[in-house]
Amino acid sequence: MTPMTSMDRSRRYPSSLRSPSSRRTTHRLAADAGLLVLAATFVLPLAWVVLSALDPSANLRVKVPDGITLDNFDAVLTPEITFTPLLNSLLLCGGGTALTVVCAALAAYPLSRFRSRFNRPFLLTILFATSLPITAIMVPVYALFVRVNLIDTMEGTIFFFAASQLPFAIWLMKNFMDGVPKELEEAAWTDGASSLQSLLRIVLPLMGPGVAVVTVFSFVMMWGNFFVPFMLLLTPDQMPASVSINDFFGNRGMVAYGQLAAFSIVYSTPVILLYVLVARRMGGGFALSGAVKG
Amino acid sequence: MSRKRSRSLTRALPVSPSVVLLLLFLAGPIAYCAYIAFTDLQLTGQAEDSFVGFDNFRTAFGDEAFLNAVWLTLVFTVISALLGQNTLGLGLAMLMQRASKPVRTLTGGIVVTAWVLPEVVAGFLLYAFFRREGTLNAILDQLHLPTQNWLFTLPILAVSFANVWRGTAFSMLVYSAALNEIPKEITEAAEVDGAGGWRRMWHITLPMIRRSIGTNLMLITLQTLSVFGLIWVMTRGGPGGKSQTLPLFMYEEAFQKSMIGYGTAVALLLLVVGSLFSVVYLRLLRTEV
Repeated sequence: MTPMTSMDRSRRYPSSLRSPSSRRTTHRLAADAGLLVLAATFVLPLAWVVLSALDPSANLRVKVPDGITLDNFDAVLTPEITFTPLLNSLLLCGGGTALTVVCAALAAYPLSRFRSRFNRPFLLTILFATSLPITAIMVPVYALFVRVNLIDTMEGTIFFFAASQLPFAIWLMKNFMDGVPKELEEAAWTDGASSLQSLLRIVLPLMGPGVAVVTVFSFVMMWGNFFVPFMLLLTPDQMPASVSINDFFGNRGMVAYGQLAAFSIVYSTPVILLYVLVARRMGGGFALSGAVKG
Repeated sequence: MSRKRSRSLTRALPVSPSVVLLLLFLAGPIAYCAYIAFTDLQLTGQAEDSFVGFDNFRTAFGDEAFLNAVWLTLVFTVISALLGQNTLGLGLAMLMQRASKPVRTLTGGIVVTAWVLPEVVAGFLLYAFFRREGTLNAILDQLHLPTQNWLFTLPILAVSFANVWRGTAFSMLVYSAALNEIPKEITEAAEVDGAGGWRRMWHITLPMIRRSIGTNLMLITLQTLSVFGLIWVMTRGGPGGKSQTLPLFMYEEAFQKSMIGYGTAVALLLLVVGSLFSVVYLRLLRTEV
């Protein structure tokens, strides 16, 4: 896996002979050793989930499996445990992401293209909203949703997902859009194209990687989110994997560690793959390049 | 309506779906939050809620469970974000500048995987790690060190470490990007002048990335303040409230004790603290917009 583009880009050691190259080698070996120790610590929990998923008699420790089996996957790959929750996740996160990306692209266009005295206050508000702790408003959102009958509905949850992800998506999208030169559209405008046409036909295709980053980032954030569906959905049949895995754990995870590990892997794989897919484009995996740079 | 005015309206039109969504689902709940925090709204039974002024806040500051949650939130934030994620992230980024490429890629991959995993999955992995029968105790056993049931004896420390495991990648990525921006002539010049490793770090590297340090501290604090799923999966805030940070306290009051008004008052406090951090963050970025 190669998510670390910006690190790969890091400096080469200068070829000058100012200090003995043997010292450099010592430094590099020390750094390698330090990193490997840290990596070993970080990898332990990951090793547990991979080994246990393949182990016919998994427990809570990292251990060499007592044989390799796919029985754990077999046991969890049923409609009730895996497919329905994953389908719910896909509906929720797919719907939320689509709404987020469409709204963000539309909003970013005038912000990036036209000068207006509203731009700055609007962007500042957006940036302020990106860092608000969403967790804190979930209780009032629940109370509000009960009042307007949106509680326990997929659409209500999708709307909330989209709203909570929008500030950051608009901010990212606007920064990517600023990178597309304006001259290309001016030609289209002269030919009588409307703003919407030039957005759809010229700007968005040119910023494909940017749109991909916003899409994947929004999707990954929603896929992993536990608290929002936990609060806003009640019916077990509608629960996405992030919440259902918790019930699974509570009800039978106490004995079936191997199955829990297998389910964790099935549920995590999509976001890891998506991340790897866009990591290069995000420049060192740095999703917040726009917001945090400096 | 003048033509100029109508043109600017047409231009602002594409922003409207976002504005509607944000007003209804983000600004709305925040305003509603500010309202019900001053009422005695309950989950069930009660016909109508009534305005109670600052009663909820007064109750909170006299409530030992609340003060306990404030204290634990502070401990959790300081240990896991400010000390753990921030320092470890900076350390990793600095080591990566010097390490060989395969080691760098391997370590980066592992640390980032921990970050990309869904919150609940991370919770399970760390639950298994810290349990009495878990990996940590197995290692301590091998080293003939005393073992204990970490999730019972030191739950806040266990969830703090879990948050370090999960969140360090973010700081590492911020600092790697920042370190790559430092022109290499500067460090080389210092090296020629005979500045040792620590002095170079203290007088050159850290001052040059100070803005990144500021933004990173703000962002990881905000992220840590809103951690819920990780702690919920590992300990449910227990045992006996020993790992109950403010989000978990808020949830318990609002739903398990049905005191929505009180839970929301706590949420409002959390929101105010978050907003203050947000404003500071905006000041740090002020040249960007």
